[in-house]
Amino acid sequence: MNNSIVIRLPSKKRLNAQVPLSSNSFLITPGSVITEDADYMRGHGTYTNDDEEDHKLYASVAGVVERINKLVCVRALKTRYNGEVGDIVVGRIKEVQQKRWKVETNSRLDSVLHLSSVNLPGGELRRRSAADELTMREYLKEGDLISAEVQQVHTDGMLSLHTRSLKYGKLGQGCCVTVSPSLIKRRKNHVHNLSCGVTIILANNGYIWINSTAVDGTKTTGDGGFVVDTEPVQMDDREAICRVRNCILCLSRSSVMLYDTSVLYAYEASLQYQVKELLLDEIATEIVDQTLSLLERESSGNG
Amino acid sequence: MAKAILGDSEKWFIVHGVQDDFRTDGRSCENYRHIELETGILSNTHGSARIRLGSSELLVGVKVELGTPKPQRINEGWLEFHVDCSPNAHPVFQGRGGKELSDNICSMLTRVYRNNTVMDLEALGVIPQKHCWVVHVDVLILECGGNLIDAASIAVKAALYNTGIPNISLTDGDEGEVEINLPDDPEDVKHLKTINCPVLVTLSKIGNRHIVDATDEEECCCSASLVMGVTRRGHTVGVRKMGGGSLDPESVTEMIDSGKKIGRQLHISLDKLLKIEAGMSEDIKQTGYL
Repeated sequence: MNNSIVIRLPSKKRLNAQVPLSSNSFLITPGSVITEDADYMRGHGTYTNDDEEDHKLYASVAGVVERINKLVCVRALKTRYNGEVGDIVVGRIKEVQQKRWKVETNSRLDSVLHLSSVNLPGGELRRRSAADELTMREYLKEGDLISAEVQQVHTDGMLSLHTRSLKYGKLGQGCCVTVSPSLIKRRKNHVHNLSCGVTIILANNGYIWINSTAVDGTKTTGDGGFVVDTEPVQMDDREAICRVRNCILCLSRSSVMLYDTSVLYAYEASLQYQVKELLLDEIATEIVDQTLSLLERESSGNG
Repeated sequence: MAKAILGDSEKWFIVHGVQDDFRTDGRSCENYRHIELETGILSNTHGSARIRLGSSELLVGVKVELGTPKPQRINEGWLEFHVDCSPNAHPVFQGRGGKELSDNICSMLTRVYRNNTVMDLEALGVIPQKHCWVVHVDVLILECGGNLIDAASIAVKAALYNTGIPNISLTDGDEGEVEINLPDDPEDVKHLKTINCPVLVTLSKIGNRHIVDATDEEECCCSASLVMGVTRRGHTVGVRKMGGGSLDPESVTEMIDSGKKIGRQLHISLDKLLKIEAGMSEDIKQTGYL
């Protein structure tokens, strides 16, 4: 009987991504001076002491300084999700209120999903009645995961979501992984059908949804999540989903930017190991190293 | 326990996965997550241990003091357990929020260590009826990632293994009173015999099968679980059912057998690590909280 339980001493080496910083990025800590020039406009993440003679610009968060002409702002590396119109988010229903749902999206305030912003079953177009209000819980109740798009950002930062397209809606069987929102690279497309038979939604708020493509294939003609599939997921699909999940966790622990190419390279690098071995430190480091070298080779080939 | 909220479809995914013996992170029903353990990290305690089980992190400190023996057991000392849920682990533990969880873990630990075969309590006696050693074991939960009971019991065993009780000497003082003298050298300690200390194994029932080392999401899908204390030889020293669901008598026997097997494996791995760590020299050891 072989012993599969491993207890070991903690490893001293931290998992650090060996990503070379580009020459024009400038890391800064809170309270340090960004510039002493008074011409610059203050953006997010900066502040000045107005009572002094010289207008020094200080950083209020730890992150990367970004300068666009005369606007200086600091983009924090570890932060809550700051929504922008048009972003795809994956959120969890927290509360069901009158005519709206409160959705938790890893931002400073809970986002709101109005009853008028969801599609009715069957795609009807009509005014929402009192009966619709009473049956809200039959569609989305507390704990359900949905994919939605940001419709509007209020002045206090609260997001209004909508699921008015058939590609959004309640999510079915699959796996959700939480990473920091700053690791998700902004791309044109955030829903990817990977070649291993897995569909991933790399939502901008850091919640990554992984499910199998076979089930999802009907979504394009689809339903918006009204029909819930309780059939068990096939074994090879399940293995692919769990492997992608573990790869994403390895990449996020080493702070590697997540987009379809990096996830795919990590998946290919992980095929030689068993899915449960991917959680071990040494194997995670190896996969991350392989992924980074493949990405570097690709970028140096293009550039 | 601080429960994660899951949607129905996610719960179905987890339940079907358990039935296929392939959980969300690729483990089988009887695999534990990666465990990291370190002892002797708190210099102001007599014994300490830090454990990281997946994403659960706990710190155990052991301090001994001289107290009065209990009236029914005048030759023996005893162990006191205390569990503290830090609000660092989960916001719900603020104030008295963590009381239920800490009471559960504390009562389970007290129950399994109360057994006579587990620990030689007479070794903790000093002067019958007058003085004995009271061993205070404090568990601090720093991060909640599921399966806190098992992690607490492994860390408690490691901390007790690491505990050094000062070697006191008894001399005759005036008026026939016996005087207790503490040694000058802080290294002059005797260690407790922890060979029979149990570990707690939690078996959670999901669907028709049971799993060990449930994560937060898996704990959400489980209707009932069995916590059992298992010694190194595979003997059960305490069983407790937790959760609101029901357990079939046949599945209970199946779970207990499985728990004994897993408990034995845990002990083998744990004892091996403790021996290796004890053999290492002082300056290499410490990692602590970097």
